[in-house]
Amino acid sequence: MEIKWYIGLALALFCTGIVGVLTRRNSIIIFMCIELMLNSVNLLLVAFSKMHAASPVAQSLPNVASDAQIFVFFIMVVAAAEVSVGLAIIVMMYRNIHSVDINFLNRLKN
Amino acid sequence: MNAIILTAAWGVLMMLSGAFSSNKAMAKYLAVAGVVLALIVNCMEMNSGAPFFSIDVKDMLRFNSFNLTFINIALGCTLLYFLLNGSDIEKVGEHVPEYFALLFFVLSGIAIISTFNTLLMLFIGIEIVSIPLYILTGSDKRNLKSNEAGLKYFLMGSFSTGIMLLGIALLYGGSATGSFYISNIISGNAPMPPMIAAGLVLLLISMAFKVSAAPFHFWTPDVYDGAPTVFTSFMATVVKAAAFFAFVRLFENAFGSMHAQWQTLIVILIAATLLIGNLTAVFQQSVKRMLAYSSIAQAGFMLFSLFALNGFAKEGLVLYAAAYSLASIGIFAILIKMNDYTIDGFNGLGKQQPVLALTATIFLLSLTGIPLTAGFQSKFYMLMAAVQKGQHTWLVILAVLCAAISAYYYFRVIQAMYFKDSAAGEHTPDNAVTPSFKALLVLTAVLIIVIGLFPSFITDWLYF
Repeated sequence: MEIKWYIGLALALFCTGIVGVLTRRNSIIIFMCIELMLNSVNLLLVAFSKMHAASPVAQSLPNVASDAQIFVFFIMVVAAAEVSVGLAIIVMMYRNIHSVDINFLNRLKN
Repeated sequence: MNAIILTAAWGVLMMLSGAFSSNKAMAKYLAVAGVVLALIVNCMEMNSGAPFFSIDVKDMLRFNSFNLTFINIALGCTLLYFLLNGSDIEKVGEHVPEYFALLFFVLSGIAIISTFNTLLMLFIGIEIVSIPLYILTGSDKRNLKSNEAGLKYFLMGSFSTGIMLLGIALLYGGSATGSFYISNIISGNAPMPPMIAAGLVLLLISMAFKVSAAPFHFWTPDVYDGAPTVFTSFMATVVKAAAFFAFVRLFENAFGSMHAQWQTLIVILIAATLLIGNLTAVFQQSVKRMLAYSSIAQAGFMLFSLFALNGFAKEGLVLYAAAYSLASIGIFAILIKMNDYTIDGFNGLGKQQPVLALTATIFLLSLTGIPLTAGFQSKFYMLMAAVQKGQHTWLVILAVLCAAISAYYYFRVIQAMYFKDSAAGEHTPDNAVTPSFKALLVLTAVLIIVIGLFPSFITDWLYF
């Protein structure tokens, strides 16, 4: 398949994530949308790595295909670290106000 | 390399120390020892050019005198921060060694983002800096404002990480050879392919998020206001300066040859940041929130180094990082000792605590950019770099006008300290302000004046 389909799919997923972050009010759902953004980037990186590996320039260079795939593993690890910290913060907030609605986030405004 | 390894290992050591000892003061001394050690090994690496462990990093990290000097400045400011605020970190909560451990992990991340040479290391470094800061922001667990700040910082931070990752992926896809090395992204003088252009803009947006440049600054006041004040002090100074350093190095090394094509975006960022930061700071009643807006305003000045990208700008950036961090750490350390964070809370401080009031005045004058202070020299370097560049001179005029506006809100605090009387017993009792604390404040103020008189004291290190 051509690369443009992968780019289109990844960008569609990414935009879904952005729209979700901007419109939803529940912090866990916002968090899921952020994860969706990160995973769409994973998809894009893997697709690009296959594209570069097939190009004639890359035949002479080592590591061209594997670099981006290793990057994907790093993104997964970082996303896992973010999940552990983020859920802890959400649980902490839930303990204090018994809600995970971000409409609560306006006390600092004034 | 030495600094990265030592700070990461020391963070683990701090966590283990919490398991074996419940003495809170010991954690502070251990942390100070760790930073001093990191400073020493980093200086040794600078002098000898060889780290203790020769690890083949495949050129993913690059250690030269410019980068190592910046790490030295970050470590030096952190040392001062630990010494001034160590006893206040103990008051935030129960888990004192863990707070120090997280600060050490942040330092390790700072050392990575000051030396990165690939986009992978940039991403990992930024995340190592951010994730411990989310925890520290929310560390005051019973306080709703701290909770809110932690959640907001976390959501905004990971959102901007997502944008940065999309930018990195597009740059990788658009580069001719498929490489994450920042010097290989743009090859030759070919016109910029659309994928590279999109990646550049996305990276610019996410880095502007991290350094809180307008119009991506909206999280800053809330997060800085809600976080425990000791950690606000660290976030607003050392971390912010390091993020700027990474921002400038990324755009200089990766996209420097196409500077003319993205310069307009930086001009818009600078103008918006200067105007929004300064004009909003004028209306703040709380000094803590005022300092949050002032950190946005100062970011506008630091952005000039991205606008100019010449020798003056590089020296100016390092000088600005040092001057701004020193003055802000000092003023935050005094703010923590106050019972009342509003400007009225500073009334009559000049009579009751003359040393605190005098040093606070010097810090505020340096932030304003009055001659004889480090703040003046660093602003001068930045504007000089922009004048040398020769384009958009109106931006320099705007910056000078904004510095004049900033005098208004900084001087309001000075006026409150010296020309207004306080209600009796409003300030902290004398035992909260120890002689060693005062001595350190005086040392910080002296450092600011010394750098203001002899800026070559810092800039000479760059050309070892």
